[in-house]
Amino acid sequence: MSARRIFARPARLAAIMPYVWMVLFFLVPFGFVLKISLSQTAIAQPPYEPVFDLTQGWEALKAAFAALSVDNFRLLASDDIYMFAYVRSLTVAVTATALLLLIGYPIAYGMARLPTRWQAVAMVLVIVPFWTSFLIRIYAWINILQHDGLLNQILLALHLVSQPVVWLSTDSAMYIGIVYSYLPFMILPLYATLAKMEPVLEEAASDLGAPPWQVFWLVTFPLSLPGVGAGVLLCFIPIVGEFVIPDLLAGSNSLMIGQTLWLEFFTNKDWPVASAAAIVLLVVLLAPLLLYERLQKRQLEQGR
Amino acid sequence: MTDKLPRTNATAKAARGDAHPAAGEPLLRIEGVAKTFGTFRAVDGVSLDIKAGEFFALLGPSGCGKTTLLRMLAGFEAPDEGRILLGGKDIAQALPHERPINMMFQNYALFPHLAVRDNIAFGLKRAGMARGEIATRVAEMVALVKLEGLEKRKPDQLSGGQRQRVALARALARRPQLLLLDEPLAALDKKLRENTQGELMELQRRLGMTFIIVTHDQEEAMTMASRIGVMRDGKLAQVASPRELYEAPHSRWIAEFVGDVNLFDGEFKLRDGHQLVIATQGAGTLVVAEPRERVGESHLSVAIRPEKVKLSRRGPVGEIGHAVAINSLDGVIADICYLGGTTTYKVKLDAGGMMQAAVANSARLDIDAYSLNQHVVAWFTPDDCVVLPS
Amino acid sequence: MRKISRLSRFNIASLTLGLAFLYLPILILVIYSFNASRLVTVWGGWSLRWYQELFSDRAMIEAAWMSLRVAISSATIATLLGTLAAVALSRGERFRGRTLFSGMLYAPLVMPEVIAGLSLLLLFVALNAERGFWTVTIAHTTLTMCFVAVVVQSRLGSLDRSLEEAAMDLGCDPVRAFLAVTLPLIVPAIVAGWMLAFTLSLDDLVIASFTTGPGSATLPIRIYSEVRLGVKPEINAICTLVIGLIAVVIVIASLASKLSSSQGESAAPL
Repeated sequence: MSARRIFARPARLAAIMPYVWMVLFFLVPFGFVLKISLSQTAIAQPPYEPVFDLTQGWEALKAAFAALSVDNFRLLASDDIYMFAYVRSLTVAVTATALLLLIGYPIAYGMARLPTRWQAVAMVLVIVPFWTSFLIRIYAWINILQHDGLLNQILLALHLVSQPVVWLSTDSAMYIGIVYSYLPFMILPLYATLAKMEPVLEEAASDLGAPPWQVFWLVTFPLSLPGVGAGVLLCFIPIVGEFVIPDLLAGSNSLMIGQTLWLEFFTNKDWPVASAAAIVLLVVLLAPLLLYERLQKRQLEQGR
Repeated sequence: MTDKLPRTNATAKAARGDAHPAAGEPLLRIEGVAKTFGTFRAVDGVSLDIKAGEFFALLGPSGCGKTTLLRMLAGFEAPDEGRILLGGKDIAQALPHERPINMMFQNYALFPHLAVRDNIAFGLKRAGMARGEIATRVAEMVALVKLEGLEKRKPDQLSGGQRQRVALARALARRPQLLLLDEPLAALDKKLRENTQGELMELQRRLGMTFIIVTHDQEEAMTMASRIGVMRDGKLAQVASPRELYEAPHSRWIAEFVGDVNLFDGEFKLRDGHQLVIATQGAGTLVVAEPRERVGESHLSVAIRPEKVKLSRRGPVGEIGHAVAINSLDGVIADICYLGGTTTYKVKLDAGGMMQAAVANSARLDIDAYSLNQHVVAWFTPDDCVVLPS
Repeated sequence: MRKISRLSRFNIASLTLGLAFLYLPILILVIYSFNASRLVTVWGGWSLRWYQELFSDRAMIEAAWMSLRVAISSATIATLLGTLAAVALSRGERFRGRTLFSGMLYAPLVMPEVIAGLSLLLLFVALNAERGFWTVTIAHTTLTMCFVAVVVQSRLGSLDRSLEEAAMDLGCDPVRAFLAVTLPLIVPAIVAGWMLAFTLSLDDLVIASFTTGPGSATLPIRIYSEVRLGVKPEINAICTLVIGLIAVVIVIASLASKLSSSQGESAAPL
């Protein structure tokens, strides 16, 4: 029995309340999603046929299991709309994450090279926009990108274009929105690893004859890879399931999974198909989610 | 949790004199204590008695188990085997807050959110002391460690030396029967460390308290402690006074760990009264005093401390020299290392070995100094040698 | 000792452009909320006209009030539960179900909101719960307690554990050692956690859309339905107010954390 173990006993008791809460409101709801994704669509309120009812005993339960159907998944696989949605979600997420890395890295690198006092200020400056509402930030861009918005006015005034460009409802607008919203998530993990790096390492590399670009490419960048990994996952995963940004900024001719799910749920009232879409989305994200969870845990445990 | 100590809800209970051992009994008795982490035996069957009023040092290289042993005394680890008796009661399984023992932590572990005064009062409040009494005791402690005027400062507004004093005052405030100090001076620079060593010794004498200090710095242990326990690989290698440890180490390892030493392996040849004759590799035949405990084997090592080796241009002459059967070895100065108070010469012996000699620089002008490649005679008496099993 | 920076021109340029990119859109939005003209193209001078119109919009005011109540209650519950979870994870060593527990706490941090929203709605429907204030509050608590747990856990992880040992050595049992030493030192992180939970809740559109019932829209839901119809100056005004509110929360929280932490170590809000 060590001091840590003495402390651990009451600490473990602290887990009870949050544990029960998470099982009740996180784990159990997943069971429901799974169950309903295997149910039949029904025109009713709620709009699905309950697959099993525990009150009706064992026989009914067995019958219910027999009636479980993978029809909804078959529908998702056979209908092009859904396949396109998955492919589009992944393409958008990959492209946007790459853009974020390209834009975020120089900023994080610049922050890490500031004098220590200014680093804290720069960090606050990067975090503050994250605190302002997500929706508001998208809305701010609608203001700028709309037909007679500020961007077109500037472009016209500079005679770069002869007539207003259509920005809204295009993929460019969506990428601007995504990069804008997720930039802090990319910068912060990058900055955290870059700031922790010993400046003597770079000095040693240049002392050993490496020109600046080699110093960066052979020393700085490889050492910042954990931060790159965290930033990429932190952006990629939620972007795949993103709903608001494509809904408000991109055109409506090709949808992402998040949008499809929303549409099935709110507009078509097809809960079973929406649930099936959610399950597939989760399966797609399982690998990056597990990777992220491990990364996150390792980081926290290193701090101990 | 057998034999729980009564809660120290009043400092009077924890005060010296309470629960004191019977006359002749040690204050603290450690019996066959062992602790294993995974497959690593950090502490491996340590037994030790510590009398009330002692200043005891646990000395050893890092990873030798000294800190684990100390943490078991404080209650942060429980031994897997053995007993820890304080004033006759087994406290091995008692929790830290149930023991009349306090600890001064290596990095001080001062509470950063509390002022100096509140840090010192922390343990007193836990003991349920009356408010007025706490104030008196805190003032007393502040005066004891000379921190007057800093009571309202937070730890991060103090210098390293001041923080060390707060940590000391906080640990002493409850008047523990036993004070544990984990590398208490490691964070201080050399000059400050030397001053603080003196103050700690003075304080311990004045309070008549029992201190156990853990350190990896042998000089620190030698300076402060009245007795030293040297630990190696979880075991106590030797427990002795500083002088005994240095002059009569039990093993080659201790001879090398504590101070500098010249070691020569050799074979036992013959006994001549109270002296042994040993044929060594590198230093020829040496005559050494017979050790108190008989050495059984014929393979032996002879250890001579560098400052016991005298150098001269010619061999020692005169009656005294012959009377004590001096060992004298011819050689050439191979290296000179000037250290201020002393100069260390490395002598390449004609017999093949290398011998270090530390010579006090007793004169300011170096008329007597030897130069590189100069021929010298290194000599020492049989009593200066220690015979060790090799 | 970090040596004085070696900022290159490239570093300065990327920092300036990056910060401009982050701040300009918000700044433009705030400025336009004071534009007297209805048209974005025309600057009609400074005016509080849209704020007046906003305050006469009862549906908007009700939605804002609903959001505020949800944000305060869910942030408070989430801070309590998240702090407990963080303590269990960082001080509980190994216990049965730990992996599941930490998995459940990390997953919502990155899980798409549509999934979380959908799954909670299905639960509420199955329980036949009346959807409104409480269902949204529960949903937001579930999501935000994970963020609180991460913030508090990283502070607990960086805390010197010998402080707790020192407290026990000086006569505290583990619970009292936690209350007397650990808790005061993690207060800044707890405050940051509450703040994060509050703004996340105030911000959320997707989960609230799934879990609320008819007649109890939150502010983001209102704003969203207005924005889909196009830009309206009142939206600029309400957005400016929300930004102002969040700025006040940040200032208060950072002052509080400065007061409570003598070390000047700020708990990172992320």
